[in-house]
Amino acid sequence: MEVKFNVRRYDPESTDTVAHFQEYQMDMDASSTVLDGLIRIREEIDGTLSLRCSCRSAICGSCAVKVNGEAGLACNTKIVDSLSENGNTITVEPAGNLPVIKDLVVDFQPFWEKIRAVEPWLQPEGEEPETEYLAPDEDMLHLAGVVSCILCGACVSDCTVMEVDSNFLGPAALAKSYRFVGDPRDDSAQQRFKTLNESGGVWDCTRCMKCVEVCPKGVAPMDRIMALREQVMESGYTNTNGARHANEFTNSVKHSGWLDEKKLVIKSFGIFNIKAMIGLIPLVIRSQRAGKVPPIFHKSIPGVENVRRIFEKVETKK
Amino acid sequence: MLDHDILIIGAGLAGMRAALSAKELGADVAVVSKVHPVRSHSSAAQGGINAALTDRGDDWRDHAYDTIKGSDFLGDQDAIALMCEEAGSEVIAMEHMGAIFNRDEEGRLGTRAFGGQREARTFFVADFTGQALLHVLYEQILKAGALVYEEWFVLSLIVRDGKCGGAVMMDIRSGKIEVVRAKAVILATGGLGRVFEPSTNAMICTGDGMSLGYRAGASLMDMEMVQYHPTTLKGSGVLISEAARGEGAYLLNSENDRFMLKYAPEFKELASRDVVSRCEQTEINEGRGLDGCVLLDLRHLGEKYISERLSQIRELAMDFANVDMVKEPVPIMPGMHYQMGGVKASVDGETSVPGLYAAGEVACVSVHGGNRLGANSLLDTLVFGRRSGVHAAEMVKSTQHLNVDESAADDDKNNIQKLLANGKNESFGQIRLDMGTAMKEHFGVFRDENSMREGIEKIESVKKRAEDVYVTDKGSTFNTNLLFTLELGFMLECAESIAVSAADRTESRGAHTRTDLPDRDDENWLKHILVSQNKDGGHDLSYKDVVITDWEPVVRQY
Ligand SMILES: Cc1cc2nc3c(=O)[nH]c(=O)nc-3n(C[C@H](O)[C@H](O)[C@H](O)COP(=O)(O)OP(=O)(O)OC[C@H]3O[C@@H](n4cnc5c(N)ncnc54)[C@H](O)[C@@H]3O)c2cc1C
Ligand code: SF4
Ligand code: SF4
Ligand code: FES
Repeated sequence: MEVKFNVRRYDPESTDTVAHFQEYQMDMDASSTVLDGLIRIREEIDGTLSLRCSCRSAICGSCAVKVNGEAGLACNTKIVDSLSENGNTITVEPAGNLPVIKDLVVDFQPFWEKIRAVEPWLQPEGEEPETEYLAPDEDMLHLAGVVSCILCGACVSDCTVMEVDSNFLGPAALAKSYRFVGDPRDDSAQQRFKTLNESGGVWDCTRCMKCVEVCPKGVAPMDRIMALREQVMESGYTNTNGARHANEFTNSVKHSGWLDEKKLVIKSFGIFNIKAMIGLIPLVIRSQRAGKVPPIFHKSIPGVENVRRIFEKVETKK
Repeated sequence: MLDHDILIIGAGLAGMRAALSAKELGADVAVVSKVHPVRSHSSAAQGGINAALTDRGDDWRDHAYDTIKGSDFLGDQDAIALMCEEAGSEVIAMEHMGAIFNRDEEGRLGTRAFGGQREARTFFVADFTGQALLHVLYEQILKAGALVYEEWFVLSLIVRDGKCGGAVMMDIRSGKIEVVRAKAVILATGGLGRVFEPSTNAMICTGDGMSLGYRAGASLMDMEMVQYHPTTLKGSGVLISEAARGEGAYLLNSENDRFMLKYAPEFKELASRDVVSRCEQTEINEGRGLDGCVLLDLRHLGEKYISERLSQIRELAMDFANVDMVKEPVPIMPGMHYQMGGVKASVDGETSVPGLYAAGEVACVSVHGGNRLGANSLLDTLVFGRRSGVHAAEMVKSTQHLNVDESAADDDKNNIQKLLANGKNESFGQIRLDMGTAMKEHFGVFRDENSMREGIEKIESVKKRAEDVYVTDKGSTFNTNLLFTLELGFMLECAESIAVSAADRTESRGAHTRTDLPDRDDENWLKHILVSQNKDGGHDLSYKDVVITDWEPVVRQY
């Protein structure tokens, strides 16, 4: 079938320093992948197109791009599933939230720095056993769901918080952290919780679900972040911004049916924490630019009674 | 100019294992990789890693014999024994570093069955063992603070008076070329799968290290031994792991017949890979295939079992063949998978060039001989990666840098200028495809004299065309077009050495099967073929006897 690829190009060496879209038309097998298309472009039509790819089988994590605005691996995204409704066009752009180097190649340095920040290595205590550590198979099977993360960055590309807050550790690094917290052989959970509880940690996720939707490996980073939150609270970190945030979050939704983000901020940091408030100004400005600033007056949503009823039900159940 | 005691080229399992062991001994180590370490091809290994653990009632001698038999008695028995003896501690070391591994009921490491072995001794992490191990080693590299030049491409090795003193490399991001002076260089660049089309290998597996070593004067060994894996998907060549058969899958022909019962009554689907691939090809050639394929049937394993232990390959079959293996058998065919041969290296990684080491798939120790057993390659990368790192770290203590300066990069700079100046002509894409197709056609599962001669001619003509290949991208930022063109040069050299070695072996052994000479000839051919470059740029062939210790060659039966 005839397919039109609309590819975002950027060449830092060209005089034209802004990115632009370039169209390539090809006859493609519908069951082939977006990566097949990009490879054909660069081998048959335009050798100047740069992209990363290697394994072609969704395991090396090289080829995360945005296809029609959503992040995914080019190598496991089929042409048939990516065609626009009004014609056979597929739009391909570089992964988001990371600086573009050239065409579809982005700079992963900030990504790796965040991975490194969660100290992603096993930290057991005491003497090493002579043979393997004993560990239940169920625990290991459960961890396998996170270990299968290929560090492709698709989740980071589309994370709505990373878009406005570069301080956020983000879904991939937090999932990586969960992998160690959940490992029966690791003895550093308490110390890991301390980092996770700080600003940029588990409390900064807005639960937008984007990372779960785009992850090609079913890692479900958001679910891991939520599990970490619970463990952080359980481990005694209750009087912190994050924990207060969790409480206030619940109160706000119970009261008005949705989140009062301004009040949430004040309650979370404490009203007298002027320094933290000032520190938030750049975030607010960035959010405003991205159209994400909450309205000044926080009104209840229609049907808020129903929300309150749900809360009552859940609370009596506890 | 950059300076290091040890420069390790490659950040797959072999390279990172070498880096860790050398760093532990206090050496100044740097790793260079053309992709970020976790993108290395080791990530694609699905099935597992072999080790005979004594506390599980297994014996490394049995593992050694299975490996020797699998190699069709071309593997060197001293090296194989050493690898198998050290396998247990290597797997345990990976577990201690953090590898999760599937477990048994008691929480100890669990095993699965793999081809060509009498014991289930393959340790695994679901069906992404390679990725799990690779990430663990990367975590340890971070912990150790080892220096990695990420996305740098090595262009050549620096040789002075027959000794290796460093390498020339290019920063892919900026195009900058640097000379690295090193007292020891370890090649850990992996395989050459892309020399064939199709292949299970990733697009970065272009035989760079074999060619770099060859150009630097090192010998290549066993290059004619190219493994065709029995279960690859048609078209894409994507691999369906042997773990599928290890977990109980059947192979069926178009008559719904489990044909392996006939060819290998004892081992059935789990005979060694060369054997199963030949049987499949025979079925297909004799008209009992379906559209060039036979069928891999897993339906009797059930959905739960498949999704717990083989979920990744289930997805691969859905993505690349549109088949859900829970409901339907998967059409598969033999496909190029692994290069048993490589840069000749000792059990400590030393090559024939002082200062140059090799470990992992790029090397040939020879522990795989004529045919590698599944799950022995990951083992090979770890054992010999570690040993190379240790040996190099000791060696550099008493070694001075060679006299190397910035001018060492001149040849590479000129070569790149020349490439960029080539006029409009063919692109690397078409040339690679023609090379790959010729290799598949003439150096595939079945070979014969005439066909191989024809193959050699084709490679020669492709090589000519490649001299004035056109590079479209003239920029210096992330110029992948230029990289592919450079890789094409490496691949062509590998293709040639495979071809000349194959044509030279006048018998059938392991993966090298000649229809015109179907028998194994132990009298004349219990020896390795070595290829090296002579002064005129041509090939010199020489031979080395196979090391036989405790196990006399016998006719193989499965
Ligand atoms: C699909 C598949 C499944 C497999 N499954 C198994 C299995 O289950 N069990 C098993 O034992 N084996 C398996 N194998 C084989 C095994 O995975 C490989 O042989 C092994 O991983 C090779 O590791 P390595 O460290 O030698 O090289 P690689 O992991 O390939 O690493 C090579 C490194 O060298 C670098 N490099 C290469 N050229 C250059 C250059 N010019 N400049 C700079 N850097 C360079 C690369 O960037 C990379 O970091 C499988 C292979 C495939 C293809
Ligand atoms: S759920 Fe949280 S981590 Fe995931 S994309 Fe949304 S904000 Fe980011
Ligand atoms: S969590 Fe998923 S999307 Fe994110 S890096 Fe890992 S595999 Fe990619
Ligand atoms: S090419 Fe490896 S994940 Fe897509």
